[in-house]
Amino acid sequence: MATGSAKRDVATGRLTARQYAENFADLHPPLDTHGAMVEADRCYFCHDAPCVEACPTDIDIPMFIRQISTGNPLGAAETILRENIMGGMCARVCPTETLCEEVCVREIADGKPVKIGLLQRHATDALFADGKQVFARAADSGKRVAVVGAGPAGLSCAHRLALLGHAVTVFDAREKPAGLNEYGIAAYKTVEDFAQREVAFILSLGGIEVVTGKGLGSGLSLEQLRADYDAVFLGLGLGTVRDLGLDGEELDGVIDAVDYISDLRQAKDLSSLPVGRRVVVIGGGMTAIDIAVQSKLLGAEEVTLVYRRGKAQMNASVFEQDLAQTRGVKIIHFAKPSRLIGEAGALRAIEFERTSLDAEGRLEGAGESFTLAADVVFKAIGQAFVAMDDTVKLEDGRIAADGEGRTSLPDVWAGGDCVAGGQDLTVAAVADGKAAAVSMDRALRAQKAKG
Amino acid sequence: MTDLRGDFLGIKSPNPFWLASAPPTDKEYNVVRAFKAGWGGVVWKTLGEDPPIVNVNGPRYGAIYGADRRLLGFNNIELITDRPLELNLREIKKVKRDWPDRAVVVSLMVPCEEAAWKKILPLVEDTGADGIELNFGCPHGMSERGMGAAVGQVPEYVGMVAKWCKQNSRMPVIVKLTPNITDVRNPARAAKENGADAVSLINTINSIVGIDLDTMAPNPATDGKGTHGGYCGPAVKPIALSMVSEIARDPATHGLPISGIGGISDWRDAAEFMAVGCGNVQVCTAAMVYGFRIVEDMIEGLKNWMGTKGYTRLDDFIGKAVPNLTDWQYLNLNYIVKAKIDQDLCIECGRCHIACEDTSHQAITAVKDGRRHFEVIDEECVGCNLCVSVCPVEDCITLERQTSGIDPRTGKPIDPAYANWTTHPNNPSREAAE
Repeated sequence: MATGSAKRDVATGRLTARQYAENFADLHPPLDTHGAMVEADRCYFCHDAPCVEACPTDIDIPMFIRQISTGNPLGAAETILRENIMGGMCARVCPTETLCEEVCVREIADGKPVKIGLLQRHATDALFADGKQVFARAADSGKRVAVVGAGPAGLSCAHRLALLGHAVTVFDAREKPAGLNEYGIAAYKTVEDFAQREVAFILSLGGIEVVTGKGLGSGLSLEQLRADYDAVFLGLGLGTVRDLGLDGEELDGVIDAVDYISDLRQAKDLSSLPVGRRVVVIGGGMTAIDIAVQSKLLGAEEVTLVYRRGKAQMNASVFEQDLAQTRGVKIIHFAKPSRLIGEAGALRAIEFERTSLDAEGRLEGAGESFTLAADVVFKAIGQAFVAMDDTVKLEDGRIAADGEGRTSLPDVWAGGDCVAGGQDLTVAAVADGKAAAVSMDRALRAQKAKG
Repeated sequence: MTDLRGDFLGIKSPNPFWLASAPPTDKEYNVVRAFKAGWGGVVWKTLGEDPPIVNVNGPRYGAIYGADRRLLGFNNIELITDRPLELNLREIKKVKRDWPDRAVVVSLMVPCEEAAWKKILPLVEDTGADGIELNFGCPHGMSERGMGAAVGQVPEYVGMVAKWCKQNSRMPVIVKLTPNITDVRNPARAAKENGADAVSLINTINSIVGIDLDTMAPNPATDGKGTHGGYCGPAVKPIALSMVSEIARDPATHGLPISGIGGISDWRDAAEFMAVGCGNVQVCTAAMVYGFRIVEDMIEGLKNWMGTKGYTRLDDFIGKAVPNLTDWQYLNLNYIVKAKIDQDLCIECGRCHIACEDTSHQAITAVKDGRRHFEVIDEECVGCNLCVSVCPVEDCITLERQTSGIDPRTGKPIDPAYANWTTHPNNPSREAAE
């Protein structure tokens, strides 16, 4: 394919205000009350339900659905939030088709699982609309805990600690709390500033102070935190986007998907975002899908997602892959980028080499190549953890932690994406934060008992 | 060829599906629509003395819902017709003249005095109607005035009025019975003894469908107050079937024609009522929920089912289940069944387990070899049918009869012979063995 001599086309304001509004409306509109009742009635209230087993945060799903069906949505919300304080966000972003809904007995029976995610949203929306605080803190323990990172892991941990009576200070390097909920998740999954509304609900419990603009390496050191607090939780997330390892990554138009999505989420006016006419996305995970779909929704004419392995190996769920394709994203499997082609400091095209898997499932180049003209290339081949501290032990490049989030340091716990084995899922981060808080509480109370 | 024509007390109709005396049969307009839709007959909404009664101007109906707002139970506080007697009579006459092949029966309710009945009977006879149905059932409003259920609850009154009607009219007399009574066989016996040609049942059941927790008033409420109404719809079908069965198998009333009423919504319900002895059936609630067109499926559905069973006439299956209705004491205590779960059909919801574990006999596993697995433990299973009832998958759990060997629960050999409570050793008043 020729790179073409047409002018490089990156422009703002490709769509009308109405198109932006339509394109970035709620991906899954909420169920109305009747719809929720009908859906709730489909739940069989299973014994030892497989959906609960599949939920990283152990939400009592049959119970909350029954509560919806009896006209008790606030009770349902409490059941959800008791196990998962970010049940509202998880209802919007969980890949339910690979978690609770995948194992729903109605999926097995007739291929149509109960819409657990939408029901969870129905219940949590009811609570948020009501504005009621359903939790009350235990008596003050006298212990102070620092949480670094105000993302799902950190806030989940902070909420549980505060609930158990500890005083928590949450630090975050960015301007706003909520981590990827605020800066990462696709805009059409969390409309109407939901991330901040959820944070406000979490903080309304009391006992949690949020300090923004401070993180490890930017105003904080782990050593000092350990000296100042009784325990520390690290919910740091991943600090950097992996490079392609090709010449020309500095060209105009070669962009980190994560950065762009962050700009998109913070943009007050979507028409201010520069959007390429021909966009190529490299990667096969959720971030790759999110940037590809959102580029299309921002008015890119051609969006091509290129992944070096096959459909089955993509980290993005089948639902997400389908979403991309129905939104007009072209997906090319089994090709890896081999050359970025620039002109006058700006990207014009990208060359790929076709790949295949050998008998052991290892990737190998097939020799054949092709070129895609591109105004913008998004890198979305994964993120890496950046250790800002060398006292805590790492494993596979991330913090080593056990099932309770305990690290190599006795007073430091960790969870979420920064931990080895992290699953890159909001719900898993929430589960980590909760488990760590319970572990920290036990340790802090044992300390106290010792005097 | 399957023949659905009905003959009830000599009243002919093209099919056994009649509309019950109720709002759908209150006037010519509705009844003509019903006949056009295919209904075999109607029982005209109850006529009374002039001046006509009045109805409340507030809500008359209340409902109980199942999933997706499917109406399962219905109640009403509407009274008998509130239109002038003469108007109703004129319309009945016209409808019967225009639709000679359809059954037109007139429901009546006047005070419990012979003069009142003597006065109205010739007026009805003059319309050419096929028969009369005595409304001894309405549980609300009219009963406060000594009519409806107030009569139906006293067998002597039932018999007395039935006798007046037979003496003062040539028309067939159907006595409509109230279920709001301890033993429905008593008024049925009284009706038969006094010459009634048939009974119809059930009328509606005393009910309050719900309390509005905001207003603390029953639903429906009239200006903040409510009263009990008459319950009907699918929810009352089992009660109606039982009462019909009692009359069908009572030696005193066996063979008395019965018109079945109570939650009949489709051909299958109708067939069930006819199997326990009803010569025809009357429908109200289903028509009020879905409109008259449902009769099309009732007709076709019944025909198709009769065809698959080889029945060509209604009489081929009317009453066919009656011999199988008995008393508990005659049930075979040597009949041993065990639940069996079809593992291929099982979707592993675990409802059978938790139902059995929490509320019955601890006879279904939850885990086997460390895995979620639901299987019946024959040593504990009494064959109670609870698991079958709660399983969401049809035919996944079945009861399998054991006819030989040892019952693993009791450790006793299975006796293939029939034996019931009347001769059981635990029965203090057992009959002596022969």
